[in-house]
Amino acid sequence: MKKIRLILVGMTLIALVGGSFTSCKPKKVDSLMAGDAAQKVYVAPGKFDEFYFFTSGGFSGQLGVYGLPSGRLLKNIPVFSQDPTTGWGFTEESKPMLNTSHGFVPWDDSHHPELSKTNGEDDGRWIFINGNNTPRIARIDLSTFRTVDIIELPNAGGNHASPFCTENTEYVVGNSRFSVPLEGRDDVSITTFKENFKGAATFVKVDPESGKMSVAFQIVVPGFNYDLAHAGKGVSHDWMFFTCYNSEQAHNLLEVNASQNDKDFVMAVNWKKAEEMIAQGKGKKIPARYMHNMYDEKTHSATSTEEKEVIVIMAEEMPGLVYYIPCPKSPHGCDISPDGKYIVASGKLAATIPVFSFEKLQKAIESKAFEGEVAGIPVLKYDQVLAGEVQQTGLGPLHTEFDDKGFAYTSFFVSSEIVKWDLEKRVVVDRAPTYYSIGHLCIPGGDSHKPSGKYVIALNKITKDRYLPTGPELTQSAQLFDISGEKMTLLLDFPTIGEPHYAQAIPAEKVVKNSKKFFKIEENANPFAAKSEAEAKVVRSGNRVDVYMIAIRSHLNPDNIEGIKPGDEVYFHVTNLEQDWDVPHGFAIKGANNSELLIMPGETATLKWIPNRVGMFPFYCTDFCSALHQEMQGYARVSPASANVPLSFSGGATAADSK
Amino acid sequence: MKTSSRNIVLLCAFFMIGAFFVPFWKIILEAPQYPEGLEMKIWLYKITGDVDKINGLNHYIGMKLIHEDEFPEFKIMPWALGFLIAFGILGAVLRIRSLIWAWVGSLAVAGSVAFYDFYQWLYDYGHNLNPHAAIKVPGMSYQPPMLGYKQLLNFLAGSFPDIGGYLVIVAALGIVGVALYEQLYRKD
Repeated sequence: MKKIRLILVGMTLIALVGGSFTSCKPKKVDSLMAGDAAQKVYVAPGKFDEFYFFTSGGFSGQLGVYGLPSGRLLKNIPVFSQDPTTGWGFTEESKPMLNTSHGFVPWDDSHHPELSKTNGEDDGRWIFINGNNTPRIARIDLSTFRTVDIIELPNAGGNHASPFCTENTEYVVGNSRFSVPLEGRDDVSITTFKENFKGAATFVKVDPESGKMSVAFQIVVPGFNYDLAHAGKGVSHDWMFFTCYNSEQAHNLLEVNASQNDKDFVMAVNWKKAEEMIAQGKGKKIPARYMHNMYDEKTHSATSTEEKEVIVIMAEEMPGLVYYIPCPKSPHGCDISPDGKYIVASGKLAATIPVFSFEKLQKAIESKAFEGEVAGIPVLKYDQVLAGEVQQTGLGPLHTEFDDKGFAYTSFFVSSEIVKWDLEKRVVVDRAPTYYSIGHLCIPGGDSHKPSGKYVIALNKITKDRYLPTGPELTQSAQLFDISGEKMTLLLDFPTIGEPHYAQAIPAEKVVKNSKKFFKIEENANPFAAKSEAEAKVVRSGNRVDVYMIAIRSHLNPDNIEGIKPGDEVYFHVTNLEQDWDVPHGFAIKGANNSELLIMPGETATLKWIPNRVGMFPFYCTDFCSALHQEMQGYARVSPASANVPLSFSGGATAADSK
Repeated sequence: MKTSSRNIVLLCAFFMIGAFFVPFWKIILEAPQYPEGLEMKIWLYKITGDVDKINGLNHYIGMKLIHEDEFPEFKIMPWALGFLIAFGILGAVLRIRSLIWAWVGSLAVAGSVAFYDFYQWLYDYGHNLNPHAAIKVPGMSYQPPMLGYKQLLNFLAGSFPDIGGYLVIVAALGIVGVALYEQLYRKD
């Protein structure tokens, strides 16, 4: 009996102790869900979203377009990657857009969308995005949502610190995440990294009217890993700031070897001074091979031009041009406050956020408050430039955006949260968990002179258990938070196409007012356009067959073609004769080894087709255009070379009218 | 004729001159895919608006292409209205009541002829269809209404005066009013 009582007492004790162990597990911070979240993100059918939200497609090489606050996907713009849906990179007209000095590169890793700016505000004219893999910058025209300009950057490896623009889009920049030796001197031992490998802070001029890009100059800087950048604004207008890590200049096992120094750098570049130096003839032209591809809206065709030289300035030879600001632990994001007074840099292995003062930077430069030099570049004293540090933030700060009320919002990858802090007082005021592992974050206008204070969007790398599972490969995501009040409240989660490294959002009205509805057929200057039924024809010269085809509801003309032989190079130049909004036509032919065409009203697009066998090949319209879309078809007959079938064709409308 | 009557007549003539510079009549079409509507504006001497789009859609039911050159009326109408205006101004300047009545009469005749002609065209376009048309609905014709709305398959068609039409209507009412006033209250 006693034994039993003892056992009972013992068990009770164990249960009590065990219970208190589990109850001392600290509670997680739950995300604050607004009770009226559904109402806040609900955009009624037929109503428009308030913002356009442009997300980088990451390794998809594209640019996603969503509406906010609904999170509805509006479009996926093909940029660096071929897109069989639209024929981008497959059509004869668009293929030159993906040309590089390495040949045709139909893919890239696109990271940072950057809206063009006027007076420091997003102006809704263009959006730029970088190609990280084969260093490129693309410009997308927001009147057509099409990529119209892609420029390759010479002397660069991994164009990651890109394409951030100056206050009036004077320049968009690029810089090497993987420093490489200058072109022509690049067959060297990798162990000579410190000596031969260089960064190239590239300033790409943007024509204020046409938007046409050109490489203005490159500042050759020490071979570190240049990561991100942002331009100054207002007081700091003349400056561009880059972060860099691997100041150890390690060239193997970077995970360890590039994390040894307590501090790496923020590189401050006076680009106005660079302009002056070049005007004084201090730059030098060096040979470099890179491509510049432009898409013409009138010919509906791209041209690829080879550039053969570039102007460079060697940073170490030009005092007053470049300074390094020490920054703790492998800095990543580099963000400038809306008034341009503060530079917020985020060490991705740090637990504090240093905030540098532009005013102190100027004073430190003036009084030569240097702690030394690195590869001929002065290094400023940390505390002489520092405005203050934000303490007790989280772990792994990455990027900061700003609102209109004097607060900054920093993403924390490791601790998976957004931390809101007071820019002047530099104290944390709120934090919200993200699901999971946020990279960049976005506030509409959050990197501009005039941010909106409505939303912050977390751009997450990992979603794990947040959505229905789709096998091993899961989506990335965006999370929308309301920041109009004191506390950040979670409103919405939505999946994204590709990895949304960075995103920018802009009030819809700034873009809608310029939106184009169709291309005027009378302005179509494509040399292969058939601008009316009467111009439809088939022409052979040698083994090249040009089909001048028109598409209009609901027929293709010519619709039957005979006399083609295996091995002929057949070019279907299809012109969409429609002159109304939202009436695209498609074109596809059996056995095509490339893609279909999607042709906007008034546009001409060309599909190259080399039949490799004798047979009958149906072609048809792929975009359900009208009630008689299914009737929009024809045949191409391919006969043996020996058969002597003459080239002939028949036309849709002409035939019907002559009945 | 009272001076104020004369002034009103002149004002009416002036209104009619306005009809040269603005569309006279409009035909509007609405469909599920065209919530913003398609419009065809008929002037005294031309057609503007979404004519190409309307023609593009009409080919499914086999309607003839609408083309300015098809209408000899566009050569006649400016002269007819010009003549009416000149006639009215003459009546006002000479202050002859009977001339004003004659003007009212010729307006009525011109208006009737114009509407009859308009009806003929609408009938022709609505009934005279290409037998090879893709869409053939037995017993269906596509004659738009003279005035007001009418549902034609998926399209709601409307026909209404445009600014020029209203100017002429207001002017005509004004002139009739003056003629009646002069007839009933001014026995000179």
